[in-house]
Amino acid sequence: MLARLFARYRFALTLTLLLALQMAIVAAFLLVAGSALAAGQRAALLAALALLLLLALGMALKALFDAYLAPLARLGEETALLAANPAHRVAPQGAGEVRALAARLNVLAAASQALRDEGQARVALAGRALAEEKQRLAALMSELAVGVLVCNVGGRILLYNKRARQLLAGGAHGVAGIGSETAPIGLGRSLFGMIERGLVVHALEQIQYRLRQHAPDDAGGQQVAASRFVATLAGGLLVRARMAPVLDEAGALNGFVLVLEDITREVEADSRRDALLQALTRDARAALANLRAAVETMQSFPDMEEARRLRFIAVIDDESQRLVREVGRALREHGGEPDSRREFEEMRALDLLALLQRRIESPALRVRLAAETDIDTAADTAAVTGTVAGTVAGAGADTATAAVATGAAELWLAVDSYALSRALATWCQRLADEAGVTELRLGVRRAGGLARFELSWAGAAPGAQALQAWEQLPQAPGAGDAAGGLGAVLVRHAGESVYRFDAASGQSRYCLLLPASAAPAPLEIAARGAGRPVFYDFDLFQQAGEDAGLDQMPLVQISYTVFDTETTGLQPAGGDEIISIGAVRIVNCRLLQQEYFDRLIRPRCPLSDESIAIHGITEAMLAAQPRVEQVLPQFQRFTEDTVLVAHNAAFDLRFLQMQEAHTGVRLRQPVLDTLLLSQVIHPNQSEHTLEAIAARLGVTVVGRHTALGDAIVTGEVFLRMLPLLAEQGIRTLAQARDAEQQTRYARLRY
Amino acid sequence: MRSKILIVDDEPNIVLSLEFLMQQSGYDVAIARDGAQALQQMAAFQPDLVLLDVMLPMINGFEVCQQIRENPAWNAVKIVMLSAKGRESEVSKGLALGADAYVTKPFSTKELVGQVAGLLAGGA
Repeated sequence: MLARLFARYRFALTLTLLLALQMAIVAAFLLVAGSALAAGQRAALLAALALLLLLALGMALKALFDAYLAPLARLGEETALLAANPAHRVAPQGAGEVRALAARLNVLAAASQALRDEGQARVALAGRALAEEKQRLAALMSELAVGVLVCNVGGRILLYNKRARQLLAGGAHGVAGIGSETAPIGLGRSLFGMIERGLVVHALEQIQYRLRQHAPDDAGGQQVAASRFVATLAGGLLVRARMAPVLDEAGALNGFVLVLEDITREVEADSRRDALLQALTRDARAALANLRAAVETMQSFPDMEEARRLRFIAVIDDESQRLVREVGRALREHGGEPDSRREFEEMRALDLLALLQRRIESPALRVRLAAETDIDTAADTAAVTGTVAGTVAGAGADTATAAVATGAAELWLAVDSYALSRALATWCQRLADEAGVTELRLGVRRAGGLARFELSWAGAAPGAQALQAWEQLPQAPGAGDAAGGLGAVLVRHAGESVYRFDAASGQSRYCLLLPASAAPAPLEIAARGAGRPVFYDFDLFQQAGEDAGLDQMPLVQISYTVFDTETTGLQPAGGDEIISIGAVRIVNCRLLQQEYFDRLIRPRCPLSDESIAIHGITEAMLAAQPRVEQVLPQFQRFTEDTVLVAHNAAFDLRFLQMQEAHTGVRLRQPVLDTLLLSQVIHPNQSEHTLEAIAARLGVTVVGRHTALGDAIVTGEVFLRMLPLLAEQGIRTLAQARDAEQQTRYARLRY
Repeated sequence: MRSKILIVDDEPNIVLSLEFLMQQSGYDVAIARDGAQALQQMAAFQPDLVLLDVMLPMINGFEVCQQIRENPAWNAVKIVMLSAKGRESEVSKGLALGADAYVTKPFSTKELVGQVAGLLAGGA
């Protein structure tokens, strides 16, 4: 009890005691000063007392220092330590108040540590969840039977799956590994090298048009904001692409998802079946007509002369046999084919009309939209209703009943709007150029089961012959190979064109008759908000185009192709040739090992023994390999849009230059050389071989002296050089190239 | 005066029936086997009505129809298109080019004869 009290008030007691001692000393002073001692004795006593007082004061000060100042200073230091080590606790020292403060601090430190631990646990948990989600997404993507690509609005690829790579490499049925070697597909690359730019832009425009038509809060808006087109890929494959927009928080278009499906076989089967069906229908109809005409004639004239009767019987025999043959052929060729139709894009006739107007209009040619009621209805409906009736009319009877003009608003078509609009625009351009037409009226209306698009203009055309000839013209260069002329496009759509000149009004009318389709069922696209995919925050979404001001771009943002070659010998000017090229890409400071290029080349000169000793490639290995003129263009495509990186690049480039005239391939992009950059970073080192640099920078060397292996090592070395270059203030491509120029190796020539 | 009918078709089996039918109905008949012949016969034979197949060698039936309609001298000539092509767009095209009727194969001979008679009698 007493001990605890003492412990608690030790400091106060100490100070009280010291104070009492001083008071006693002062009282002794007064006593001595007032006493009747001898002067000498008094002075000595006073001096002793003064010393005692000083001692007591000193002790009091020391007690104060020990109890307050020193513990506070230590407390300050320990508090600073808490920031680095949250588990640290302050030891209670000094006076009661200081100890209380320390205790409070410890409570706070404990609370802060608990908070911090909890936060870290949450971050770890979220990280795990995110990683899991990424794993699931990756698994899903790679196992999908359709190709999936995600691109930003600039057309740069942010995500792709295995199937997309196969399709775009043109190796849908080939071996994946081989197809992927030359695949130009890759993160950060442009999609437009693989799918015709016009098609993608057209689909994007359609989506944007539809998004504008339907406000974002309109539930129906999302349902139609997907676009579909058919594209021919470089490998000759035909793919159906479905495009869905990726919208940002503000609802603006931020990128798009493309789903690709190989429909080459489907379309081949389709067109075969279409052709067969058409031929069969036509031939059967003709044969039946001939049969019936002959039979009916014989029935109507039973007493015709014998010779004529025999001729009719011969016709019946002939035609019935022809019918049997045709049906048999159709069954043989068509039997067992699964039923599937080539899908065009379903769109509203009015949307197509607006699109046609936008495409046709040019400074030289104005296009006004005509009201539905203005469109010529007299030409066909009068004829249909007037003279064709009963069974004679055949299909015409349907037209007659349905020919009453109905609203175009609900008129839908299945069209390849890209091909159709381009072909019609080309046709109209001819009309403007050669007939001097400056203004067109464009309208659409329903005519039975047809959508009737009508172009009209004042004055006569250069003749129906000329108009028909223009239909057969191929489109302007650069329009791609998907389309062909307007005539071919119409054939694909089972459509027809008609030109008539109305002398009374002086108006020319050119009509496109296209089969209408039933309005499509709405697509089931989940409403925004719920169930949104999570691949929005890919860094590349925000990345600016690489083309502008490449020199001023930070090194860490540039996409690179790191490459290496193996050769028949060391004398590029002496006739030695490249026998192997290996390359990998670096995007966003990541070495993309799965996006590689690895090719052997059959040279025209023999391999030197020394070179075989280095790279281990033998004549036998090269016997079946392609020539340099086949491989270099593929390599050039692989390097598109990137900066080249090589170790001792001058050597490799010299070999490539030697082939320029022969292959027509010239690499124009900037080049960085790890040999020179190593000089920049470590000017005092004597060795700058790839091995030496790799050892210095801590890169493990695997697969040395294969082109691909060396390219990978060079790439890793290059990535480790970037921060070292930044330390020297070298951050942009221009700075790196300047620095290279200053090194002594830069003067090396091959 | 007997009306004159030009039959334009490249299939002898149908021409046999059509020719006999039209002759039995009391018309003068001429035959053309392709588009170029048809246009020659237009000038030489001066028919009142043309039975015009669409699928013809050289110049197809649509073009023949259009060329006939572009010549004002033949304004009064009736045109009946006969075709195994029966898609709505094709029928619509034939009528838009100025055919008076578009008959899809196969057809009833009796009704065709009636149709021809109606057109020649001046029926609209």
